[in-house]
Amino acid sequence: MSPIRFSPLSLKEGRWYEYLVRFALGGAATVFTGLISSRYGASVGGIFLALPAIFCASATLIEKHEIRRKREAGLDGRRRGQKAAALDAAGAALGALGMLAFAIVFSLMVERSIAAAFVGASFACLAVSVAAWYLRRNMRSIQRRQTSDRISGSAVSRSR
Amino acid sequence: MTEYVVRFVVGGVVVSAFAMLADVLRPKSFAGLFGAAPSVALATLGIAVYRHGAGYAAQQTWAMMAGAIALAVYSVVVCQLLIRARLRAAPATLLSLVVWLIVAVGLLTLTGGQT
Repeated sequence: MSPIRFSPLSLKEGRWYEYLVRFALGGAATVFTGLISSRYGASVGGIFLALPAIFCASATLIEKHEIRRKREAGLDGRRRGQKAAALDAAGAALGALGMLAFAIVFSLMVERSIAAAFVGASFACLAVSVAAWYLRRNMRSIQRRQTSDRISGSAVSRSR
Repeated sequence: MTEYVVRFVVGGVVVSAFAMLADVLRPKSFAGLFGAAPSVALATLGIAVYRHGAGYAAQQTWAMMAGAIALAVYSVVVCQLLIRARLRAAPATLLSLVVWLIVAVGLLTLTGGQT
């Protein structure tokens, strides 16, 4: 069974102004990148295509939602909120590899076919990100199994 | 002026779409992949190709590689600040922007991309 699930109810947790903030930040980041490119050239502007401006808003919202959920259950929720945001950041680190794949494929293909560059780069981004996520997940479960084997092994030897 | 209005609207729509996709996906670490989706890049490159041509967009994506590597470093730093230093999400993500900028500009300078 796939570990990936859709949870459409999560959209109800968001407030209307949170979506507005994301829209405004996304628009502002795109305008900012355009301004930098026209002022300092394509190379300097290009690095801002990977600006984590949106990530700041997303991580803060994830933390806020987690704290709100825990407070409704009568708990503090601050630590849980930090952990939820940290998980999102760990995913973003793997997503950055996908973004790197996007940039490589796009730069190699765009001068041959623009449409193929967009499709190919998007596919490469998705494939690399998802593959990296699965690889990390499998490595962590192997590590966890080895640790529990070691603990149970030492417990058996101590009991002898 | 019109170009910047178009940029704002297109960027806002693409970024919101990826953010909403991340909202409905579970587990959280998988949803995080979409936090680093090239949403600003998709919006900007489309306009760059239309306005300046394929060569200009290719040049931007060469520099974007430095930004993407910096984003990976940035995400790891944010993760550490949240878990080890126990900072809240807003200061952790904002302080780490300095790391992103240093790594991205450093890589661009090393590869001679600033010229």
